[in-house]
Amino acid sequence: MEVTGGWYMALGAVLFCIGAAGMLLRRNALVMFMSIELMLNAVNLSFVAAGNELGVLDGQLAALFVMVVAAAEVTVGLAIIVMVFRKRATASVDELSGMGG
Amino acid sequence: MIEVLVFAIFAVVAVAGAITLVAARNPVHSAIGLLVTMFSVAVFYVLNGAHFLAVVQVLIYAGAVMTLFLFVIMLIGVDKTEDRQERIPFHRPIVIGLGAGLLVLILLAGRATWVIMGGHSGTAIGTIEDISGELFGTWMLPFQSTVLLLTIAAVGTVALARYPGRRRRTREFDAGEDREPEVED
Repeated sequence: MEVTGGWYMALGAVLFCIGAAGMLLRRNALVMFMSIELMLNAVNLSFVAAGNELGVLDGQLAALFVMVVAAAEVTVGLAIIVMVFRKRATASVDELSGMGG
Repeated sequence: MIEVLVFAIFAVVAVAGAITLVAARNPVHSAIGLLVTMFSVAVFYVLNGAHFLAVVQVLIYAGAVMTLFLFVIMLIGVDKTEDRQERIPFHRPIVIGLGAGLLVLILLAGRATWVIMGGHSGTAIGTIEDISGELFGTWMLPFQSTVLLLTIAAVGTVALARYPGRRRRTREFDAGEDREPEVED
């Protein structure tokens, strides 16, 4: 038995769906943010597996760019969460109904 | 054969970490679960020949990003009061059903592509030399764009941190210190 790229992609799909469910289930903004990171990691895994399967480096480069964008996104997102916490003293997204959500 | 074994072990570890991330009540436990998953994904990168990317994964994600997350969890306090009462009826069963449905759809949609893909060609070993050759050749313009993006993100973060203005700062720091004991347990 040999591990093919499909196995990694199936695992990536599983991780992505767990992340999506976590995004919908949790109220804590930090945990929701971590779920997004989990989904990005799952997609990266699929990119790398597909690139390896096709014998090209482009999959790894796409994953690298996703990582860079995720790093920038984490910086800004966490700054926003900290700022909301300073104003409202909560990290729960249920409390943030200022825009009628 | 050994690859199957390594894949099985780390797949279980990765899924367990992901479930911990979603299910744990304490955000610190969620962060640890995500950390475990990220290390497992780094192992999968190595198995796929992406050696440089595995190192970057450990350095950036497990190192920088998770440290940042843990810092923010410490800073704003572990939210013990997270409301577990669902406001939408049948929220949790619906979400779990949606997640399972999405998984089934992805697996169904991907199956054709995964099956017709050729076997391991094994030529795409991502050493630093290969990656940088591609990055500074074909991908030069996107690479420069990421430099711009990171600069904008850094400037934006500093701007956000300064936004509340000076007059509120002392009061907010006091509020932050009041919550600090909650972090300990």
